[in-house]
Amino acid sequence: MPVSRDIGPQAPPRQPFWTRSRIRAAVVQLGFVALVSLLIYFLLSNTMANLARQGIASGFGFLGQRAGFDVSISFLEFGRNDTYLRGFWTAVVNTLVLAALGIFFATIIGFLLGLARVSPNWLISRLATVYIETFRNIPLLLQLFFWYFAILRPLPGPRDSVEIPGGAFLNNRGLYLPKPLLDHGAQLTLLAVAAGLVFALFMARRARMRREATGQPVAVAHWWALGLLGLPGLVWFSTGATVGLSVPALQGFNYRGGMVMLPELLAALLGLSVYIAAAVGEIVRSGIEGIDRGQTEAAQAMGHTRGQIMRFVVIPQAMRIIIPPLTTQYQSLAKNTSLAAAIAFPEIISIIAGTTMTQTGQALETIALAMAFYVTVSLSIAAVMNFFNWRVMRRAI
Amino acid sequence: MTVTIDRGSTTAPASGLTVLGWIHRNLFPDWRQGLLTVAVIWALWQTLPGLIGWLFLDAVWRGDRDDCVAASGACWAFVNARWGQFIYGFYPPELRWRVNLSMLALVATIAVLFIPRLPHKGWVITGSFIALPVVSFVLLHGGILGLEVVQTDRWGGFMLTLVVAVAGMLGALPIGILMALGRRSNMPAIRVFCVTFIELFRAVPLITVLFMASVMLPLFMPQGFAMDKLLRALIGVALFNGALMAEVVRGGLQSIPRGQFEAATASGMGYWKMMLFIILPQALRTVIPGLVNTYVAIIKDTTLVLIIGLFDLLGIVQAGVSSSDWLAPSVTISGYVFAGFGFWLLCFGLSRYSMHLEDRLNAGRRR
Repeated sequence: MPVSRDIGPQAPPRQPFWTRSRIRAAVVQLGFVALVSLLIYFLLSNTMANLARQGIASGFGFLGQRAGFDVSISFLEFGRNDTYLRGFWTAVVNTLVLAALGIFFATIIGFLLGLARVSPNWLISRLATVYIETFRNIPLLLQLFFWYFAILRPLPGPRDSVEIPGGAFLNNRGLYLPKPLLDHGAQLTLLAVAAGLVFALFMARRARMRREATGQPVAVAHWWALGLLGLPGLVWFSTGATVGLSVPALQGFNYRGGMVMLPELLAALLGLSVYIAAAVGEIVRSGIEGIDRGQTEAAQAMGHTRGQIMRFVVIPQAMRIIIPPLTTQYQSLAKNTSLAAAIAFPEIISIIAGTTMTQTGQALETIALAMAFYVTVSLSIAAVMNFFNWRVMRRAI
Repeated sequence: MTVTIDRGSTTAPASGLTVLGWIHRNLFPDWRQGLLTVAVIWALWQTLPGLIGWLFLDAVWRGDRDDCVAASGACWAFVNARWGQFIYGFYPPELRWRVNLSMLALVATIAVLFIPRLPHKGWVITGSFIALPVVSFVLLHGGILGLEVVQTDRWGGFMLTLVVAVAGMLGALPIGILMALGRRSNMPAIRVFCVTFIELFRAVPLITVLFMASVMLPLFMPQGFAMDKLLRALIGVALFNGALMAEVVRGGLQSIPRGQFEAATASGMGYWKMMLFIILPQALRTVIPGLVNTYVAIIKDTTLVLIIGLFDLLGIVQAGVSSSDWLAPSVTISGYVFAGFGFWLLCFGLSRYSMHLEDRLNAGRRR
């Protein structure tokens, strides 16, 4: 039996207004913002009351005051009569130098490890695996303690230094290295190195463009030799060999001459590069293994050697896979420089969140300063690596 | 026309099945690799016997500092003498059974994960992960059920490492899930808050967060409100790792196809119902390897609590090797090697487990 029902135009069922999604979203957000603001107000008012009760100043006025502490390692001139602001910049430069050196060594060791992992030589790839699995599964702080307290500090004194071939000495006061002496006239030689570098880069670029246009290999090694060795060498001799080497030598109880890398810096650098290199090695390996076997086989069929295949076929493509996680590792290394505070390396944490905080009591400002520094460094590394990535991607297409 | 192929001049390729064939292919494929192999074998020959001698043959297993100074090997006697402290910290020796019991509870909880076909496995796991911290806290801290109170400043060693690690893992997961959901929310206020939180905590090192927790949390609280030092550290660790976790979970959420959301909405589910029963179970499943890798990082990061004055395994070893009655170079190295081996076992085991999970989860996709 047919049932006729009016199913014509109908008003949608009435909803209570609070279930309508837009209104509900607005209410939820308003409530959330109110809650967060209340929480912040609660925390801030507590903080203000606590600070006032303890008689601690607020604001960044302390940066202009006399610091009154010394710093064992500084690449800037810094003494106890300088201001806290100067101390902050000293810490910034120390941290950046440590991070830059760490990134440099971690990249080199890491790429060697990654190549070793995919090596056809069973022994080499096993050794690389052992290295990676050992160092990435032990906390970095422990490794830093190990290098500093167990290896570098118990070294013999200057008189019984460990001699390293090439005029370097290692003892409990640090690593003594020969240092190039730059008196006047040396600027010309430095200038020649810079000019040679620019020249070699230019020739390499031209060679690459010609290779891409014609498909013929163009040798560039001699341009590099000329730019980096020939030109500076010529200037060096013609200006009368003004750049000398100051070699450290034992005088009395200590070494004079050369330059010294204090155990704190050495241990921090060793620990950071060895630890991050393990992660970089894994990234490089997975990048290389991410390239289709067909690429290697095609290159083999065209008669390329293993080295050529790696250099011209596999690595350039693998870089696209490698760079994003590599960026994360570089950021992690920069953040991990903070652990060097535990072995008395004067970086941001030990100078700002350590000494400055205990002296002024201004926890809020000092920690904010330290955090702002790390955020800036992280973002800068990301920006540089994104640029690099963009270039690699552009060239690959 | 016939083509003759001269087969006589080529020899059969070395088979990988014989020992000699394997050695030829993997160690001496050409003269360069062969040279490298010889060099590596020589280097190992130079170092390995000394290393084994130091670690085992010449090591002192029982005795005191003088025995260690006299010997040329490692000083395991030090580890032996401090074993109780390394594991339990300053926990009263007569109450150590409580620590053992809570460690047993942890092991039992983990064992549940490995039972393949447990009825209502999801609920059992969830329940035991909620029960574990409660039971452990009651056991370790005491104060109720007639258990004597043991203040947290007496906690230390491996036990404290486990407490920080487990609390970090259990605390970080819900924070991470909420933050990941908030980051993908279509309410701008919540999204902005979550993005700021995640990116800020990801850009700064854990030490600054721990400093903040240990120095600034007391400032944030009203006067007279004292918060336990360990609890402050745990809050810092959970917040920091929550931000890391959020990014891992976000990866999982992004891997869920749109159809799943649409189907759930079409069947009349609300937001929370959809997330809880449809989306999260799938999303978390795909990111289990990533979660376990974050757990490895959490275990390694527990060592940082020593900087704010808590004595975890590394902190207590560090205190031990610098105490005057055991001051000797071989003791220092042995102490760190022992602590390093302990952490290595935990982290290596976990990362192997993560690889195994990855393999199992990808079983369907493998070619």
